[in-house]
Amino acid sequence: MVKILKRAYLIIMLLFIYLPILILAVYSFTSATQIGAIRGFSLQNYVTLFTTPELTDMIRGTLLLALGSAFLATILGTLGAIGAFYSGKKVSTLITSLNQVPVVNADVVTGFSICILLVVVFHISKDTFIPLVAGHVTLCAPFVFLSVMPKIKQMDSSIYEAALDLGATPLTALFEIVIPQIVPGIVSGFALAITLSLDDYFISTYTKPAMFDTISTYVVNATKGSQTTIKTALWALSTVIFAVVVLIVIGMNVRALQKEGGSHAKE
Amino acid sequence: MAPLIVIVIYAFTNGQGQFTLENLTGFFTDPNTMGTLFYSLAIAFVTTVVCLLLAYPIAYILAMSELKTKSVIIMVFVLPMWINFSLRITALKEVLTLIEGNLARYPFTNAVVGITYDFLPFMILPIYTTLSKLDGALREAAMDLGADDLHTFLQVTLPLSVPGIVSGVSMVFLPAMTNYVVLDMLYNSTYIMGSLIGSYFSAYNWHGGSMIALILLAIICLFTLLTTEPGEENERGGALL
Repeated sequence: MVKILKRAYLIIMLLFIYLPILILAVYSFTSATQIGAIRGFSLQNYVTLFTTPELTDMIRGTLLLALGSAFLATILGTLGAIGAFYSGKKVSTLITSLNQVPVVNADVVTGFSICILLVVVFHISKDTFIPLVAGHVTLCAPFVFLSVMPKIKQMDSSIYEAALDLGATPLTALFEIVIPQIVPGIVSGFALAITLSLDDYFISTYTKPAMFDTISTYVVNATKGSQTTIKTALWALSTVIFAVVVLIVIGMNVRALQKEGGSHAKE
Repeated sequence: MAPLIVIVIYAFTNGQGQFTLENLTGFFTDPNTMGTLFYSLAIAFVTTVVCLLLAYPIAYILAMSELKTKSVIIMVFVLPMWINFSLRITALKEVLTLIEGNLARYPFTNAVVGITYDFLPFMILPIYTTLSKLDGALREAAMDLGADDLHTFLQVTLPLSVPGIVSGVSMVFLPAMTNYVVLDMLYNSTYIMGSLIGSYFSAYNWHGGSMIALILLAIICLFTLLTTEPGEENERGGALL
């Protein structure tokens, strides 16, 4: 009895989470402009999604921004973590606590303050994309730092010392010894950075050029307008992203299963 | 860090660059902004409680279950985190419109449902992590010593899962106070703290906006100090991936 109740609860919660997405997915394949209405099968939304320049530009822009800022954030976050690990205790604590600031801070505050600093105080035009990229890097780098740090701590530091004793310069030792050992942390930091950047709304609104939109800002503006073709094309976009996410997660699980022979990886 | 210093400077100056406390006193004497503060606190509080009540049983059932597939199920629960939040809220909005007819009728409920929908995974994951690391022997010991299920839960499991609850709460409470887009998209026009910054931003009132940002920052700091025990690692990063 209890078991059935438990199962039922889990299923209801899953429905709460997935039903809206699935309903939208079903309706994205029809010509209906509103859910609840029943219309015939249609791929029109997908045609609109991939042929309207406004939409394709917006998607490409979002992806480029995510990749670019994740790349910069990964370099900064990794170097920051290595730097913090090899500096004195005081400096290390200072860097680690400063690193927490953007992590716990509300995105609105981060976005707004970056806008004030770069745009209002330093007069850097938003059209240069510098405030936007800087904002996203600020958002992501601390999380890269957090995912690299544990790997550095686990690292066997005697190998690094051995390399130095055997005549490697600190720079060579860094690239040949340290970095290869912390690659898993760097990779998951990079993935995390991409997710954060893709999902961000607040930092983008406060720092983006007027003519540039990310998926988040575009969708938010589109829901306020009443253009139905765009609205239903976004249903298609939601479905495509959902499918991609599911595929990635399945892919990762399959790979993890193959690699670890049955044991399961969270990512 | 530099942006935050600039915020502090802007918060305490006016358009002519002179030092002023006007922005600060203005906030606390204006019934509108104070109303906004309380409304955001109310939304954040209700949302956090709802999230916790929904998430805890999920985490608990899954962590305690013997299913081999439970890590897959937890994965399924948190998977929506990777879908752009604005698209998820669009989906939710369509469904709510279908149910309620007119979204404007239940603005507060909609806001709570929306934010809950958005942030539920962030509550499930930390609680699940804490619960599954929990030593089962402690529960068995309590049972052996004569405690019934309810007592074991209240006096052993629940207290031991507090770290997970705390990190879940901090991941939901703060965004709930500031994430005004969710409200915006669900046609709730009542301002919360985040929307104040947004409106000052559109009006190019950097000084007023900075003060709001500073007040939010103060709330966040207070909250973090209250919830972080010394030596505890922040789990938001780990929870996301």
